[in-house]
Amino acid sequence: MRNTARWATMAAALAIAIVGSGLPLAAIAADTDAVAFGKQVAFDRKKGNCLACHVMDDGESPGNIGPPLIAMKARFPDRARLRAQVWDAQVANPGTRMPPFGKHQALSEKEIDAIVDYLYTL
Amino acid sequence: MKFTKLTLAAICALIAAAAMADKKASETSPSEDLSVYRDYFAKRFPGVPLNEFGNGVYSIDRVSRDSWEAIEEFPPYEPMIEAGEAFWNQKFANGKSLGSCFDGNPAQRTNYPHWNAERKMVMTLPLAINECLIANGETALNYKKGKIADVLAYMSYESRGQKINVEVPDDPDALAAYSAGKSFYFARRGQLNFSCAQCHMESAGMYVRTDILSPAVGHASGWPVYRSKWGELGTLHRRFSGCNKQVRAKPFAAQSEQYRNLEYFLTHMSNGIEYNGPSARK
Ligand code: HEC
Ligand code: HEC
Repeated sequence: MRNTARWATMAAALAIAIVGSGLPLAAIAADTDAVAFGKQVAFDRKKGNCLACHVMDDGESPGNIGPPLIAMKARFPDRARLRAQVWDAQVANPGTRMPPFGKHQALSEKEIDAIVDYLYTL
Repeated sequence: MKFTKLTLAAICALIAAAAMADKKASETSPSEDLSVYRDYFAKRFPGVPLNEFGNGVYSIDRVSRDSWEAIEEFPPYEPMIEAGEAFWNQKFANGKSLGSCFDGNPAQRTNYPHWNAERKMVMTLPLAINECLIANGETALNYKKGKIADVLAYMSYESRGQKINVEVPDDPDALAAYSAGKSFYFARRGQLNFSCAQCHMESAGMYVRTDILSPAVGHASGWPVYRSKWGELGTLHRRFSGCNKQVRAKPFAAQSEQYRNLEYFLTHMSNGIEYNGPSARK
């Protein structure tokens, strides 16, 4: 039932392919404060609660409704696209089960920026 | 309130939910809906017999099944069944008792919910209980927990094994109530923008944190439920309210028209499954 493993393998394979091809994996060091703030907001059950649906980082007991959030920089080179996914996932996928955090003001613009900074460290 | 546009999502294998939520679906008959719905879960969880879905998440999760079976051996709701029986037998000030409104028979589960053509509304069992109390000069009970849950536990226990068989008569008002329940089920709501179907159809069997989402088929069978999290019994409408709050949507009142219509739709979708309440859940 858990398809996490499949996703993880796919993403890992992708990450290896990218490392192998010599592309830089690490993001240009984003402001570490923003990253820490972004992680906090992402993990907070009353805020992003991304762990309800995503495997990410060292987060405990994640759900698996969405794919694992790994190798983000490699998979989302376009920052605007990544931000748009968090702001309103329904634009890219009308049937999505991901909440529209920006559009429904579940998170502030500043919090979303910080989450995107944090996502780029994954 | 927005309605799900699942037509596009159909491409992502959401055929059943899409077929039902599609605009045209309001024109599909309740019995057509039922077969689409059953089919969806039968394909999604092959090998799980229809009646088994009455056990909620334990119908599809082997891991939690064992500890749940152990709990059901010494059910935490047993004292509530007894309290409910005492309430059933208790004399009103006028000398009558609850049985006077139900032909003296507590095994009423299979008769509710039903369409009341005269009053043009969905009648539910808790509503009928409270109307009986009021008609006899007694005070109405709170709809979410406490005494109403006790008496429902007793009546459901006495009804165990009856089959769910909610008929939607060919009456435009009844069909409108059914459709309203169905639209409620497929409408996104709340700050988190979720429909019931997105959790309990699309994501059935998946994890939200450590909770596995139960399949929606069978959702109406096991009430009232003793949840460890509540530490007490609760009614179906208490659960509706909790699931609405979960997505940061404003819940409706228990026994509101919205929730009664939702119950009507949801119970119809469980036709053929046995009533097995009360039951225990995490
Ligand atoms: C209720 C479930 C849910 C929650 C909560 C959720 N997501 Fe998602 N997310 C999904 C789903 C489902 C997808 C798959 C794509 C789609 O349908 O939009 C997804 C996709 C994504 C993607 C694209 C990933 C890829 O590999 O394509 C990113 C990035 C993302 N989510 C970030 C987040 C962040 C950050 C949070 C917390 C602020 C979050 N999600 C919370 C369900 C969720
Ligand atoms: C964000 C996801 C989510 C949404 C949306 C949601 N639920 Fe739930 N629901 C849950 C979780 C988690 C549980 C507890 C685990 C389980 O049994 O699925 C639950 C449990 C239930 C149960 C109890 C099942 C049982 O066997 O005890 C019912 C009934 C139910 N939900 C109905 C609804 C209805 C009706 C709606 C729409 C108003 C709805 N849910 C919307 C997540 C959701």
